[in-house]
Amino acid sequence: MEAIQSKRGAVADESTLVQAAKSGDLGAFEQLVKLYDRNIFRIAQHITRNREDAEDVVQDAFLKAYENLGQFQGQSKFYTWLVRIAVNEALMKLRRRRPDKIVSLDENIETEEDSMPREVADWSPNPAQLYDQAQLKQILSKVIQGLPPGFRTVFVLRDVEGLSTEETAEALGLSIPAVKSRLLRARLQLRERLNKYFKAREDGDRSK
Amino acid sequence: MTCKELLKELTDYLDGTIDDRTRSELEDHLNWCHDCFVICNTTKMTVEIYRDSRLYELPENLRTSLENAILKKCRQKEKQKKQPHRNA
Repeated sequence: MEAIQSKRGAVADESTLVQAAKSGDLGAFEQLVKLYDRNIFRIAQHITRNREDAEDVVQDAFLKAYENLGQFQGQSKFYTWLVRIAVNEALMKLRRRRPDKIVSLDENIETEEDSMPREVADWSPNPAQLYDQAQLKQILSKVIQGLPPGFRTVFVLRDVEGLSTEETAEALGLSIPAVKSRLLRARLQLRERLNKYFKAREDGDRSK
Repeated sequence: MTCKELLKELTDYLDGTIDDRTRSELEDHLNWCHDCFVICNTTKMTVEIYRDSRLYELPENLRTSLENAILKKCRQKEKQKKQPHRNA
């Protein structure tokens, strides 16, 4: 089986833009915004599960980054630093919406056993083609929203946005083993929950 | 390698960050254990489906208005910095 290919492409010279932005070049900062706003929006919507909140997070995260550029030392990538700001802003939004619940990346109610595969069913060869695009998006969105925030954040950064394990750990303030453990559990839980939509049916029929 | 041991190595295996020896033990297990093969295959599909899903794409018109709002606020910040405090 071949390894999963990352979709992350070449990034424009981020450090040059950051240097220029630091010395007051707003045009350079604008390019950084254009480079990353779609990614930040996706991450924010995955965490907050709410579009208006995600829009606020994009604005607040970039503004905070702009105000604190002077403190960015360049030891990590600008994008990783920006993601860290955005994740914190998104978690704050989530806390405000759900004051009765504990919202934290450390939310770890479930044990290892909860992520152990229960149902082993083979999927259709092209599961994504079983549904039209809108239906598929609805299913994927519903399923991932059911994961605890700590799991879905790690999954989104690693598998959707293509950050490395090290970058994810840095952006979330977690250890590398913690990122790996959450990623495995997130992947297995998503797989389990997608079973009912994607499993191959002997009679070729499917119910939705 | 047992099924439980395989599960522990699954992330590194799917990400291609596994050492050669563990990889060969794992692939040997996949050759005879159908359940693990299915779990491995469907987990890989899960990651690929989400990665390719274009879930929560930012619509272009919203993107433009967000960018404008961000830059407007940045300009305001700059102005505030440059203006001397009137009541100082």
